[in-house]
Formats: sequence, structure tokens, C-alpha cells
Amino acid sequence: MSSTLTDLSMLELGAKLAAREVSSVEATRASLARIAQVDPKVRAFLRVDEAGALKAAEASDARRQAGSPLSALDGVPVGLKDIFLTEGLETTCGSRLLEGFVPPYDATVVRLLKEAGLPLLGKLNMDEFAMGSSNESSAYFPTHNPWDLTRTPGGSSGGSAAAVAAREVFGALGTDTGGSIRQPAGFTNTVGLKPTYGRVSRYGVIAYASSLDQPGPMARTVGDTAALFQLIARHDPLDSTSADVETPDCLTGLEDGVRGLRLGVPREYFSDGMDPEVAGTLRASLEELEKLGATLVDISLPHTKYALATYYLLASSEASSNLARYDGIRYGQRAKDARGLKELYTQTRGQGFGAEVKLRIMLGTYALSAGYYDAYYLRAQKVRTLIREDFTRAFGQVDAIVSPTSPVPAFKLGDKVGDPLSMYLMDVYTLPCNLAGLPGLSVPCGFTQGGLPVGMQLLGRPFDEARLLRIARAFEREHDFFRRAVPV
Amino acid sequence: MALTLEQVRHVATLARLSLTPQEEERYATQLSRVLDAVAELEALDVSQVEPTSHATLASSLLREDVLRPSLPPEAGLANAPAKVGSAFAVPKILE
Repeated sequence: MSSTLTDLSMLELGAKLAAREVSSVEATRASLARIAQVDPKVRAFLRVDEAGALKAAEASDARRQAGSPLSALDGVPVGLKDIFLTEGLETTCGSRLLEGFVPPYDATVVRLLKEAGLPLLGKLNMDEFAMGSSNESSAYFPTHNPWDLTRTPGGSSGGSAAAVAAREVFGALGTDTGGSIRQPAGFTNTVGLKPTYGRVSRYGVIAYASSLDQPGPMARTVGDTAALFQLIARHDPLDSTSADVETPDCLTGLEDGVRGLRLGVPREYFSDGMDPEVAGTLRASLEELEKLGATLVDISLPHTKYALATYYLLASSEASSNLARYDGIRYGQRAKDARGLKELYTQTRGQGFGAEVKLRIMLGTYALSAGYYDAYYLRAQKVRTLIREDFTRAFGQVDAIVSPTSPVPAFKLGDKVGDPLSMYLMDVYTLPCNLAGLPGLSVPCGFTQGGLPVGMQLLGRPFDEARLLRIARAFEREHDFFRRAVPV
Repeated sequence: MALTLEQVRHVATLARLSLTPQEEERYATQLSRVLDAVAELEALDVSQVEPTSHATLASSLLREDVLRPSLPPEAGLANAPAKVGSAFAVPKILE
């Protein structure tokens, strides 16, 4: 029973729970059994909360019994990237510096999932403080891609993506600062949605780059992604950047197709650096969207080539400021033999942060320092304006933009470690969307001959997530890539 | 642009990071490479462009200045690496 149960989509499981064909405790036990079976190989979990998940599942079953479920997904177990604060459950953000930190409250999105009745299976591995594109900068261990264990699942939400793909969880939450939901979704044959900036609360989400970070859902199907998104898309007075807009209904029009939609194909996103198999898969997918009734429009986003530099300057600058709080005073680890306060700060941070985090703090500190602020930080903010304007112009012509999620399929673990610039290139198609605050989605669009998943990225106007999900669903309906058995 | 070890040490001081000599060497190389890569932004004329600090261009939000419950002291202190009574303990600053 357990192997087929964990293959169900969230909505399928929700329907079975509603029909009382299966209980949440059974589903949660099936997930726990699957975790015990495959996680020693995949290593997606930093912490499994077996007792907490089963307790929540029992409560869900009692509600179902009483005919008062909290949501359509009441009782469907999910996982959380370790960046979300969970009351009473250790949260490390993939860092040694936060080892042992037990949050005194829940992030808003965690509270919303609990209020909707979803059992939380535990905390998923990630690049330290969300800085990385392969999960290899986690202070604990790298996560492996369930489609090929010698390869990375992508990052920084790679643990979430791998757990969803390996059927360890039915869905998960990740965060996306420069592509950290979409790139791992593309690497693992899963769906990942980075909502419009401000759509989902960042309260209780450990900050990396505050003007770019955005939490979002990761799941195996477009329908599940829509359902999970609707649970967490809420205005939150506790986050001053939270948008005061209504929660969208993404499920009603989900099957409406793409007929009549104008889809932009940006020529800058089909560059020379792209893997030929990724390019071929994307071309075939574009033809299919056309067959389904969409009109493809050749567009230009001329400042795309500047997005990478802009992103790394702005994200690192914000990170250097946000990570100033890790000083060994109020929480986390503290250096043992420091003499004096300044040494306590420098040694705590020097010992506690990993290599990539230190590099970005150094870059950000440099870009913000006297004499360099105008040349680096301010200039990057101005280029950000140009990148935003590119998108505004494009959306005057088209309803959504289609591109590859990543220039290559999942690469080998160890291949790009120690070469930050080549690692940064993995996000080249995803990060312009974060700079502009737009919603972006990655949907599976095929496999390479070697069996590695390829993702297609859809970008939309602000708060237009429902349309992105509808386009993704129209494509998904033709393929059912999510039914393909994962080899692990 | 090549960063000297001295510049790397200065930035590390500003960032309150202790670095080993090997790390100083590594970051001198890596930061120089990253700074070379981001120098491409100099090619753009941005003299007439307004900076964008935030994706949503949000204006400042105000709320009523009323008392609300906050984290109780014991919860706030629960993760402290060292504490004295109801305070965080830090090393002596003045001898």
C-alpha cells in the first residue's frame, strides 16, 4: 500500500481522505516509511519530526471523522525548507552557526499550513542561508538528485525539491531569491512557483536578501502547486512588504488552456551557453504550446546580460546587512575562547559561517563600503530599474514569457564547487524575475536522453500567478511527466 | 580588479569576520574575479536612471502606535548562548 500511496498527488490524496478511503495517519506513516527507505540515499532531510507529524495526522483524522476538515488538503503531509521558523523544532538554515536554535514562534506560512491541517514531516536541507545553486554549501551534507544520485538536485531549495521528487513528501515549501525554487524544480521533474514579491509573507523566514526573497510552493503537479499556493498567499500585517491583495483563486480556471494567449519568447534567454538537449526540449515545448492554441511572439529583454552582475551585487549587499545579526549574542553558536566583544563577534562569525556565505558577506560589505557604494550598489540599483522596464515593455505585448528554467540539466555533485562564477551562471534565466518582483514558475517539460529532467520557466505580470499555473497545466495535461517513476 | 590581501583584511574587519591566512588568499582571488565580472555594469549609461530599491516600490506603512504582546523574556532568552538572570551575557568591554 505504502509505495502507491506516496505516489498520489496532494489533491488525489485529499480526495481519498475526504472519501475516507485512507487516513492521514496512514498517509503520514507511508511518507515516514518512504523517508526511511530512500532518504539514506537522497539525504533531503535535516530533521524528521515523526512524533509531531503523527500527532497532527491523528488530529486531522479526528476532524475528518467529525466532518469538519480545515481545508481540501487537511491531513496531507508536507515538508519545509529549513529556512522557515518552526516553533519548538530546531531550525538551522543549513548553517552551523544556527545549530541548536529552537524558534519561539512559527513563520506565518508555517502557521497557515498548520491552520489548514497539514502534518509537517520535518525540515529539509538547503544551501547555507539560501546561498547556493546545488545544496553543496549546506553545512551538513549535500542532497542528492533522486533521478541520478551522483548529481545535485539544485539549490538552494534542493532538499525540498528532492524530497518531493523522491515521494518522501507530497509537497513542500521553498524560498526563491534568485531562482532557488524554480532551478531545483527544473532539475527534479517537479513544479515550483516563485510568487510575486509580497504575495506570500516573509515573516519568520530567515532573511537572505530582503528585497528579493519570496517563499513558494513545490509539488509534483500543477494542481497541487496551485492548491498549496492558495493556502499561503495571504496579506500579513506582520510583514510590512506583504501585498494587501486578495488571495487568488487559481484552481477554478486551471483547465482553461492556452488558446488565445500571447507567449513571449525572449531571444536573450536562448543563448549560446545552453545545453543542446535543453534547447531542443524547449523548442519542442514551444511548438506544442503553439499547437495548443497559444501565439508565440519573439521578444527582447535587452538588459538580461546585466542581470547576473546586478543580482550578485544587490543580493550580497543585502545579505551582508541581514547576516550582521549572527554575532553569537542572542542565539546560535558562540566562539568559545574569544577575548573581548569584538573577538567574540569575529570568531563566532569566522568559525560559524561557511565559505560561500563569507564570500557573499565580503562582496556585499565591499559594495556598500565608503568609496565603492556609488560604483557598485547604487549602480546595480539603477540597472535593476532598466531590467524592470524591459519586463514592463514586454508585458505590453505578451501575456506571459516562456524560457528554459536553467541552461543545463542537473550537474554532477562537486563539478562547480570552488568556482563561484560558474555556479552563479546556473541562475542566469531565473534571477531577472526576482529583480523585477515578478511571479515565475518551472514546470517539467521533458527528459534528456540520459534521463535527466528539463524544466520550462514561465514568467508573468505581477500577481498573475493564476495564468502561469493555467499555462503550465495545459502543458502538463499533454504529458503527465509527473507519473514517471523516479529511479530511487 | 585585483584585490590586495590588505584590502581583503580591511573588508573582513568591516564585516566582523575572522579569516585564516588561507581564506584571505582565497577571497582575494575569488572577490577579484567576481568584481571583474560585475564590472560589465560600467558599460551602461545610468546617469538618467532612477534606482529601484524594492520590487514593489512600496511606500512606508504606518500603524497605530498601540501596545501589543511581544515575545516573553524567557522565550527571547531561551536560545542565548550565555545569560545572566534575565539578560544576555557578553564579555567585559571595560577593564
